[in-house]
Parts: sequence; structure tokens; C-alpha cells
Amino acid sequence: MAADLHVALVAADREVWSGEATLVVARTTSGDIGVMPGHQPLLGVLESGPVTIRTSDGGTVVAAVHGGFISFADNKLSLLAEIAELSDEIDVQRAERELERAKAEGDAHAERRADVRLRAAAGR
Amino acid sequence: MGAQLRVYKRRIRSVTATKKITKAMEMIAASRVVKAQRKVAASTPYAQELTRAVTAVGTGSNTKHPLTTEAENPTRAAVLLLTSDRGLAGAFNSNAIKAAEQLTERLEREGRQVDTYIVGRRGLAHYNFRERKVAESFAGFTDEPSYADAKKVAAPLIEAIEKETAEGGVDELHIVYTEFVSMMTQTAVDSRLLPLSLDEVATESATKDEILPLYDFEPSAEDVLDALLPRYVESRIYNALLQSAASKHAATRRAMKSATDNAGELINTLSRLANAARQAEITQEISEIVGGASALADANAGSDN
Repeated sequence: MAADLHVALVAADREVWSGEATLVVARTTSGDIGVMPGHQPLLGVLESGPVTIRTSDGGTVVAAVHGGFISFADNKLSLLAEIAELSDEIDVQRAERELERAKAEGDAHAERRADVRLRAAAGR
Repeated sequence: MGAQLRVYKRRIRSVTATKKITKAMEMIAASRVVKAQRKVAASTPYAQELTRAVTAVGTGSNTKHPLTTEAENPTRAAVLLLTSDRGLAGAFNSNAIKAAEQLTERLEREGRQVDTYIVGRRGLAHYNFRERKVAESFAGFTDEPSYADAKKVAAPLIEAIEKETAEGGVDELHIVYTEFVSMMTQTAVDSRLLPLSLDEVATESATKDEILPLYDFEPSAEDVLDALLPRYVESRIYNALLQSAASKHAATRRAMKSATDNAGELINTLSRLANAARQAEITQEISEIVGGASALADANAGSDN
């Protein structure tokens, strides 16, 4: 098996997570995509959705990513997002409140954001 | 105490109070520079990766996009000027404004109509006072800009550049901001953000010699570029905002430091004057006593006779 992936999850104002991983699953505009070491160079547009990273030591990192890009080359994978949060940074209660508020106001974007947060938090 | 001495003492007291204030402002600014610099550093990975991605799409595909193709006859240009909300920063704002005015003049000489967008109350006040037209202005976040602020600034600009020129859109987008070179040096610079010249971006990205791999684009090169370029502009504006904030704090620190130094000098001068005044007062008192005593002695000597 090829060497592990080097993953960097980068938000606009900070580096959220970086490390070695064996598999990264993210949602692009044309569907979910899984990247393993040795994948063909790839540049894709991400949808708002949870990103799952299986780390080399067997753990799982889940992050809520709102829009952005995935780029992969030379076993280096970068996930660029305007906003990205790791699942354990997410305040579930706040996300639930947000979801309810967004539903009441009919704000589809906010609803989607809160939904993604909740799902990422559930998947941790 | 003599009147003269009292006046000096009062002035020394007031200058001392001013010195304390400027000293505090200097220290606050110094700590904010460090914070702002840290934010610039934190935003670098994202900007770098984004630049890499833009370069990859630009060189790896023959995609044409309105944001990368130059108009044949550019007739309108937008200039985004970054200033600060508050002053007390030496020549920081006037340098940025001057750079913007020079750029505007140059663009107008080349036959372009210029729309000005301004960030920061200082720049806005300058333009309003001279009754110049400002397309849009933003204020209230220049000390600590967030990415959301950068998005807010970028939105109308991206909209304007995507619109046809005849319908009030612009062909070019320039940005004027203060580059943070070091703690002592900050320079007002202007650069063209759009249309993007990919060669420039390629030389900018840190990995110059690296050969970029042939990417597989998901869903397609056009769509990726469509999504990338606005983000790229936002990230550039964000970076400029952060640098401008760091520069402003550095300029404030320097201005306040020289104000503190000047206050110290003024206090020294005033203390010397006050000492001289006190001494003069004493001398006068002594000579008055001596004069009085000798007059008394003269009078007594006269009565004895």
C-alpha cells in the first residue's frame, strides 16, 4: 500500500486539522467522493457537508465544512473551506437552536449549515 | 508661589497626563500589532492553497473566464481603498489615500472611469469632504477584520466585475492597501486584483519550480474556476484587510511613541523654565529683603543724627 495521505483541513482564518490519514470522504457538487493514497490528482468543489477523515492510527475525525474545495496531488490532500469546524468543536445545542430558527424563518442556507453541523457532531 | 511658576507647574501637570495616555496607547497598539500579525500568519495556509489551486486550473486547462480575460478596451475600473476607522496613526491614512489618488489619476489618464470603494471611516471622510463620489463604503471592522467582513467587501466588487460594462459593471479591479513590511516599515501599495493574470499568480505562489500535476476537475474545469475565483478575490481582500490592520497598529504605535517622547522633552523644558522662574522669584525676594533692610538701616541712621 502506498504511503498515507497527508491531509490539511484549512479554514479561511486558521488551520483546523492536519495529519496523516488513510481515507478522506467529502461531498463535492457531483456527489460524495472518497480519496485514498495514490488517487489521481483532483480538484473539486465541495458542497456544504460533513467530511470524514480516517486517520492512520485508526481514529476518525469528522468536520463540518461549509463550501470550499478539495485538492489532491502527490499524496497531499488539502481541504479548503471558508468555515470548517471539527465535530468536537460544535455546540450541539446551539446548532439545534439554529436549525429551529432557520426552519421557522425559512432560511434554507442556515438550515443546511445547522443540519451539517448536527450530522457532523452525530458522526463523531 | 509666583504667577509664572504656577503657570509652568500647571502645564507640566497637563503634559504629564497626556504622556501617560500616549504611553498607554503605544502599549495597546504594540500588543495589537502582534495579534494582527498572528492573524496574517493564520490566514496564510488558506491563501497559499487557494493560489495553488487557481494556478493549477489556470495552467492545467484552457478555460476562459470573465475574471481572467482582459477586456479589449477597458473603460471602467473599480478601486478599493483600505483605510482605518480611527486616526492617531501618523501618515498611515494619508499615504493610502495618496496612493489611491495617484492610481485614480493614472487610470483616468488611460481613459478609464473610476468607481471608488472605500473601507474605513477616515478614507470616507476624506472623499466626502471633497464631495467626490464613492460607489460604496464599509466601516466598523478595520481594527480586527474577520473573514465575513472580507466577504461583505468583496460581494459588491465581484458583482460589479461580473456585470457587463454597459450596464454599470467594471472591467478591472484595483486594490490600494498598506503592506506590512516590518514593524518599522509599512508601504501603501496598489495592485490589480482582476482580471487575474495567471503568470503573476504562478510567480506569486511559493512553489515556483514545481511542475503542477494534471488535475482531474470535479465537476468540470469551468465550474471549479467559477467557484474558485470569487474565493480567491475574497481571500486576497481578507489578506489586504489584515495587513492594513497590522500596519495601522504599527503606525499608531510609532506615532504614539514619538508623542510620548515629545511629551517627555516638553516636560524637561518646562521643568527647567519652572526652576528658573522659581530661582528668579527667590532672587527677587532676597533682593527685596536686602533692599528693605538697607532702606531701614539708612532711615535709622538718619534718625540717629
